[in-house]
Amino acid sequence: MYSEKVMDHFSNPRNVGEMENPSGVGTVGNAKCGDIMRMYLDIDDNGVIREAKFKTFGCGAAVATSSMATELVKGKTVQEALEVTNKAVMEALDGLPPVKVHCSLLAEEAIHAALWDYAEKNHIQIEGLQKPVNDIEELEEEEE
Amino acid sequence: MKELIYLDNAATTKTRPEVVDAMLPYFTEYYGNASAVYDFGAKSKEAMTQARETIGKALNTDAGNIYFTAGGSESDNWALKGVAEAYQDKGRHIITTKIEHHAILHTCEYLEKRGYEITYLDVDETGTVSPEAVEAAIREDTILISVMFANNEIGTIEPIAQIGEIAHAHGILFHTDAVQAFGQVPIDVEAMHIDMLSASGHKLNGPKGIGFLYIRKGVKIRSFVHGGAQEKKRRAGTENIPGIVGLGKAVEIAVATMDERMKKESELRDYLIDRVMAEVPYTRCNGSREHRLPNNANFCFRFIEGESLLIMLDMKGICGSSGSACTSGSLDPSHVLLAIGLPHEIAHGSLRLTLSHETTKEQIDKTVDAIKEIVARLRSMSPLYEDFIKTQK
Repeated sequence: MYSEKVMDHFSNPRNVGEMENPSGVGTVGNAKCGDIMRMYLDIDDNGVIREAKFKTFGCGAAVATSSMATELVKGKTVQEALEVTNKAVMEALDGLPPVKVHCSLLAEEAIHAALWDYAEKNHIQIEGLQKPVNDIEELEEEEE
Repeated sequence: MKELIYLDNAATTKTRPEVVDAMLPYFTEYYGNASAVYDFGAKSKEAMTQARETIGKALNTDAGNIYFTAGGSESDNWALKGVAEAYQDKGRHIITTKIEHHAILHTCEYLEKRGYEITYLDVDETGTVSPEAVEAAIREDTILISVMFANNEIGTIEPIAQIGEIAHAHGILFHTDAVQAFGQVPIDVEAMHIDMLSASGHKLNGPKGIGFLYIRKGVKIRSFVHGGAQEKKRRAGTENIPGIVGLGKAVEIAVATMDERMKKESELRDYLIDRVMAEVPYTRCNGSREHRLPNNANFCFRFIEGESLLIMLDMKGICGSSGSACTSGSLDPSHVLLAIGLPHEIAHGSLRLTLSHETTKEQIDKTVDAIKEIVARLRSMSPLYEDFIKTQK
């Protein structure tokens, strides 16, 4: 069902974990659909991503796309990280089954959510970054 | 090769070697058409008659009430559509439940589009249908009640005899989808007031592609497959003699070994459930503990998702299944888990393990050990667990 790369990133996910005082953190997806991704970014004064961590509740593809997304954004500038699209994540994983494409969208969304948080904290605007819509906190508040 | 621990016997079973042996001659030696005039064809017919008798006996009914089909889904489709059409002048209302197999639910949706009204009964938190609710749903135009014998996901056995009694007291036909139950637990269509019953060969160590529909004598039902005069003109098509022979053999063995299997499997099942519940925190056992298929265990592990769990179990050679959205191919988790009242996020973390007569205690121990390790690992990666732990502090 999954490519070797997906299986590799699922069984040995890179950068799993939490981060104390992250520069930006974003959580996307919702438990109702069965996928939640949280991404932590540590960004230095030059706007370069030093460290990325994630936690994911979801299927094999959700874990693998989160893992790959953190790998792809590490070492990149904020602007460059914006170009890590779902397509880039999928390509880096040698593709995903059609029903799992939404997982890669979630990974892209998670990067954007973490960057949005970073921008808000630092009162800056990142060109081309939209406010993430798929925010789990909002959805949870609605449910309660 | 690492040992395969197969715990997905509700999905399908290994065909017993005795069953395969019984089938083989009907491919190459006695391949004659059972409808032929010559003596050679009679051998096939004889084998078919014998299988029909074995099945009839297993259900406490006449062999003449057993109609061979290609499997459980066909039997369910036939029972519902065939009766709906035959009784449409009497009424167009059918009662069923929210936890039926899709072979029933999607057939009901098909009938709804054609002017039938379906009542989908709720179940309680154990997945049990209340006979009182069945009775309360009966209307003047109700023509059929269809309630599964035992649920394929959570293993709950329904109060079939009571529901059958109610149906008959009101003069309404009663069908049961017994695909998961037939061959696993005793079924008596007379004592349980069952008018139609669907079953499938491959769920009881028989071959795939063969099943049957029991139809009580006197029930009006439209033909499902039109063509030749096979199955009393009710289900056309040259008979699948090797399949029928295999099914007959599987039923014969299932009946002969039932008491022993029920005892062994339910003991192992309880051992499995008890160990998991004691050793894996934040876990729920789904389905009735009391009225339950001997081979079924179903859990929800909070904060994790079922497909990830299945893949990690597979890496250790363990086969199970899940009702998570990712394994159902839709965005929603299993309709059965939602019907017993589980919220989506908990339903996503389900695991079904179904045993066979070959399952050993050692395999169960290995499986529980693997579950403990994997669930802990997935939780350490889960943002839901992270949040939960923070609220606990």
